[in-house]
Amino acid sequence: MEYTAVIGLEVHAQLQTDSKIFCGCSTRFGQEPNVNTCPVCLGMPGVLPVLNKRVVDYTLMMGLATHCRIAAESVFARKNYFYPDLPKGYQISQYERPICEEGWVEIPVQGGARKIRITRIHMEEDAGKLVHEGGGGAASLVDLNRAGVPLMEIVSEPDIRSPEEARAYMQTLRDIVVYLGICDGNMEEGSLRCDANISIMPAGSETFGTRTEIKNMNSFRYLAQALEYEIQRQTEVLEDGGRIIQETRLFDSAKGVTASMRGKEEAHDYRYFPEPDLVPIRIDPEWVDRIGAEIPELRSEKIARYVQDLGLPEYDAEVLTGEPGTARFFEDILAHGVEPKKVSNWVMGEYTRLLKDKGMETARISPEQVAGIIRMVDASTVSVSGAKQVFEEVFLTGKDPDAIVREKGLAQVSDEGAIEEEIKAILEANPQQVEQYRDGQEKVLGYFVGQVMKATRGRANPRLVNEILIKKLKGE
Amino acid sequence: MPLYSETIHSLHEKLREGTVTSTMITQSVLDRISEVDGKVRCYLTVTREAALEAAGQSDERFRKGDVSSPLDGIPLGIKDIFLTEGVRTTAGSRILENFVPPYDGTPVSRLKKAGAVITGKLNMDEFAMGSSNENSGFFPTLNPWDKARVPGGSSGGSAAAVAAGEAIATLGTDTGGSIRQPASHCGVVGLKPTYGRVSRYGVIAFASSLDQVGPLTRDVRDCAIMLKAIAGHDPADSTSARVPVPDYPSLLTGDISGMKIGLPVEYFPEGLDPEVEAPVRKAAEALEKRGASLVSVSLPSTRYAVATYYIIAPAEASSNLARYDGVKYGVRLSDQGGLLEMYRQTRSKGFGPEVKRRIMLGTFALSAGYYDAYYGKAQRVRTLIRREFEEVFSKVDLLLSPASPTPAFPLGDRVEDPLRMYMCDMFTIPVNIAGLAAVSLPCGLTPGNLPVGVQLIGPAFREEVLLNAAYAYEGERGEFPNCKVL
Repeated sequence: MEYTAVIGLEVHAQLQTDSKIFCGCSTRFGQEPNVNTCPVCLGMPGVLPVLNKRVVDYTLMMGLATHCRIAAESVFARKNYFYPDLPKGYQISQYERPICEEGWVEIPVQGGARKIRITRIHMEEDAGKLVHEGGGGAASLVDLNRAGVPLMEIVSEPDIRSPEEARAYMQTLRDIVVYLGICDGNMEEGSLRCDANISIMPAGSETFGTRTEIKNMNSFRYLAQALEYEIQRQTEVLEDGGRIIQETRLFDSAKGVTASMRGKEEAHDYRYFPEPDLVPIRIDPEWVDRIGAEIPELRSEKIARYVQDLGLPEYDAEVLTGEPGTARFFEDILAHGVEPKKVSNWVMGEYTRLLKDKGMETARISPEQVAGIIRMVDASTVSVSGAKQVFEEVFLTGKDPDAIVREKGLAQVSDEGAIEEEIKAILEANPQQVEQYRDGQEKVLGYFVGQVMKATRGRANPRLVNEILIKKLKGE
Repeated sequence: MPLYSETIHSLHEKLREGTVTSTMITQSVLDRISEVDGKVRCYLTVTREAALEAAGQSDERFRKGDVSSPLDGIPLGIKDIFLTEGVRTTAGSRILENFVPPYDGTPVSRLKKAGAVITGKLNMDEFAMGSSNENSGFFPTLNPWDKARVPGGSSGGSAAAVAAGEAIATLGTDTGGSIRQPASHCGVVGLKPTYGRVSRYGVIAFASSLDQVGPLTRDVRDCAIMLKAIAGHDPADSTSARVPVPDYPSLLTGDISGMKIGLPVEYFPEGLDPEVEAPVRKAAEALEKRGASLVSVSLPSTRYAVATYYIIAPAEASSNLARYDGVKYGVRLSDQGGLLEMYRQTRSKGFGPEVKRRIMLGTFALSAGYYDAYYGKAQRVRTLIRREFEEVFSKVDLLLSPASPTPAFPLGDRVEDPLRMYMCDMFTIPVNIAGLAAVSLPCGLTPGNLPVGVQLIGPAFREEVLLNAAYAYEGERGEFPNCKVL
């Protein structure tokens, strides 16, 4: 039988605030264990949470970017469970009254776009992490640096119908949070995590099947892979006349399979209740407007603009907008009045290549310098290969391109007289080859060009070299 | 009169005049502790050296004329529920018997900033759950008026210390009557301020939506001085109110002419102990004599207050006490047998029976499928009770009732009967449910020479009205006898 998958995703995004959600501790990653802690995030007796307003700002921003209804009043709730990485024995989250509800995003699908509805977006604190020492469970150590780092949970409706759509949805959310600058979007490091609820039903049916929840998919590839596997597994169970059991399953990326983690009976009763240590958050229209005004152009909007207004190929638009930093660099160069496609070629070509080859996060080259180099080529001041040399040097050092051209003697010789002198000398020194050319072996031209370039250390304007050579060879 | 039995304001006069020093007062209180604490057992920890050092610093300030607070140099005792930097803080529980906090809570740091001298940490019912101090994980405090009787609770150590001269005044907390009931049993003044009036930061939480910090003192003026020092918004406590703090002591005029005082019929039920009812009614008459008029009012939802409280408070407590899991601080029992076994051992042995009872009650009340029937419903009743108070306060300025239905009862009398123990707080619990302010004042002695307390209840954030009426009553009543049984 043909089956249709029904998928809903719960996505956790770590918000890039400087301090934690309920205390002033730093959120910096990669510190020594328990350095970023204080009595509040250690869950000491007597401590109280104080809400970091930036967390509300960021979540509001996400809510607005995904067309959500913003609650006028929102409430935190306690989610109670015992675990050593949860210092208070409860997580402060939101339950009945989340800050954003009923939104949607559009995801690209074959031949168009689909709307995926968002049920809710809420704020919560992250837990710490356990470090297991030695073999055989000798000791477990607790690192609470991450405890209290702000998270935003985005819950979708079960609108997703395939692993590819799930991946596209995840990519769309990633693009939004990264462009909003509220999350670094790194799935491998866990800044962006997702759990999936998935069931299958006979194609054409409208009644959802029993669902399973899949956890631990920490890359786009694993997300698609886990869902593919789970669809296959559920299909086989049904085909064999079995029943799907509602349960939580863990994805094993090494084996590419999902395995049962706990059944419905073992599911926690989190005993949610409104957090009495925090007052309800009241969000007035002014707050919403202020945040709305901070929302930058998102990736999908940029792609459309690059294609329609700048005339770039769709491929270029997608590559250039892959990371907001690249798009910003591209637009900053453009601001200097150079031709978009040329800028695109440099950014997608040399710039991206060098970033990768040199393993650098940011280049030393400024947008103005790139524009300058493009103009040099336009004006034939340097050759394209010369320009690449200049580009690399500026990229690494940030030095003035003109100075590099001078130092390295890369200025292109466009003085016809000078080139003619060189050509004359070379032709005189190679009468045999001149003969060959005149006998119809035109490919000897390449040899002469090479000789001229060698003599001028690559600085001669190749167009002029070609013109003059042909003239001389034929004319004499 | 020995220095240890004087009031804050009388000692402040003497300090200003230079006839005594903080060191003398502190030494007097410390000597008194040495003398009588073996019998009363108020203190879990006495901080002798730190107290004398702080007293010396206060004396220095008085010499330099650098004194701004009436609390400067005054020895105070602190309920062991307040975190004190470097000084063990147990909340009366074995599970925290080794816990030394890394910070001072806000009320304590405000008292320290005012120059107060801290003499130590006072006994209490474990995690403030109890009405007799018999639930202390260490030992029960005794009533200085009659050592066969309880001092009340949970701030029993705080009330007994003031009565016995082991502190000039003390700090307590009140979740359902934990300041007012022991104050009434020990013959001292106990104030529960409006919810949000005093910061809860650094106060070990029992029931977050009900807990409030307040003073226990020898008279109303001292109470006003203490409240002034600790009240006001604290950025570290989001539930502390941004309501201006009046200068409570200077508003004690004693003029209450024209004031309307309501006597809720539900607070004088049939069968109320006549030994309690008589002095409380006499107190009402005293206020009338001062120019107030007495009105009979009704608060019919009062009878649901105790039931409501015993859903909300345990529910919040079950969550608040989850952090005592043996992982990060406090006592850890059993490192063998894995995580679950460690949790089980630590929490089974670390908590006393009443605390475990309430954790179970609260866990049940919040469980899936029961939440609406219990917690949800309790919250709705809470709203009703609050509205009823609001309505009655549109007709009267204050309410008057007994603080406790009985005088101090014998040790062991109610330990086996939790429901009877819970009923100790029937007149005080509604005030916490509604988040109002109330004060308990000594208003007489029973024939058996046990103190009886009258409770005045005021609207939210009108402590100055409440305290002024209490002050007027105190003037009419005259000097209350010191306990002599010790």
